[in-house]
Amino acid sequence: MVHLPRPKSVTFFSPAHPMTEPISLEALKAGDKAEFARFVQTHSPAIYRLALRMLNNPQDAEDILQETFIKAYQNLPRFDGRSKLSTWLYRIATNEALMLIRRRKPEALSVEAPEGTSEMQETLEIVDWSHMPEEALLSDEVRQYLRQAIDALPHTLKTVFLLREIEGLSTRETAEVLGLSEAAVKTRLSRARLALRERLSIYYRDRLEGKS
Amino acid sequence: MSTETPMSSPQCRHLLDSLSDYVDGTLQESLCVEIERHLAECEDCRVVVDTLRRTVYLVQTLEQDQPTLPSDVRVRLFHKLQLDEFLEGDTMTEAPAK
Repeated sequence: MVHLPRPKSVTFFSPAHPMTEPISLEALKAGDKAEFARFVQTHSPAIYRLALRMLNNPQDAEDILQETFIKAYQNLPRFDGRSKLSTWLYRIATNEALMLIRRRKPEALSVEAPEGTSEMQETLEIVDWSHMPEEALLSDEVRQYLRQAIDALPHTLKTVFLLREIEGLSTRETAEVLGLSEAAVKTRLSRARLALRERLSIYYRDRLEGKS
Repeated sequence: MSTETPMSSPQCRHLLDSLSDYVDGTLQESLCVEIERHLAECEDCRVVVDTLRRTVYLVQTLEQDQPTLPSDVRVRLFHKLQLDEFLEGDTMTEAPAK
């Protein structure tokens, strides 16, 4: 349990704190509880979404969500403001989630695949499904299949993929969140995309051949 | 190129390393020229580029619908952080996903 200072006599919807204003780091550092609540409200959906996609378990995602904001509160005085608040939060959340994965399944993170793209796949599925009609490409079944394929990515690739493709972080921000070089982020994103392309090619090959 | 061993030539393998940046349009121009020269003569690589482009499109289209923060999870979060007095009203905004 964190012990926050008693609330100041500031109301949430005060004209001094309109909801469209950027979060004030100064106010957060000064212990402004209303500003911290606004910070939590603004960023909690993204942190929950990321944790849920990383862990595939709503209870684990909720634990990571709570732990992320507790750690953020405790570490705000030491936050130097060189990165964006959102990037900093993503860093806390991914560290917490990866620690949980490491505790539960150390082998999931200990075996690092080589960084090079070309070493990843010995063979590639060459099926041209790029001209298939939109309704075949965008079905609910494809959505589910793609979701499962993303979930099945190795964590090292999946985390980069989620931050870049789903959360929309830049290469530089993703590198900052994960403590990687920008080149490593690009390589992992490339490997994740190629792995998904492979899975989708197998899926569409089977449909084109009338197997299912 | 033989269809029995797709993408097996060193040129094709070399191309794979740059494809992601190529489909994003962030690859430096000299490498784009090199890739396009190779694509003109390698059908397998053209298929990989086209389907990779389509994969990125599918991800961006089908993954728009992301899980939201359930209200009970939000309530417990605010409670854990001793922020209960700020729970009333749902007019507060979320940071955009992208």
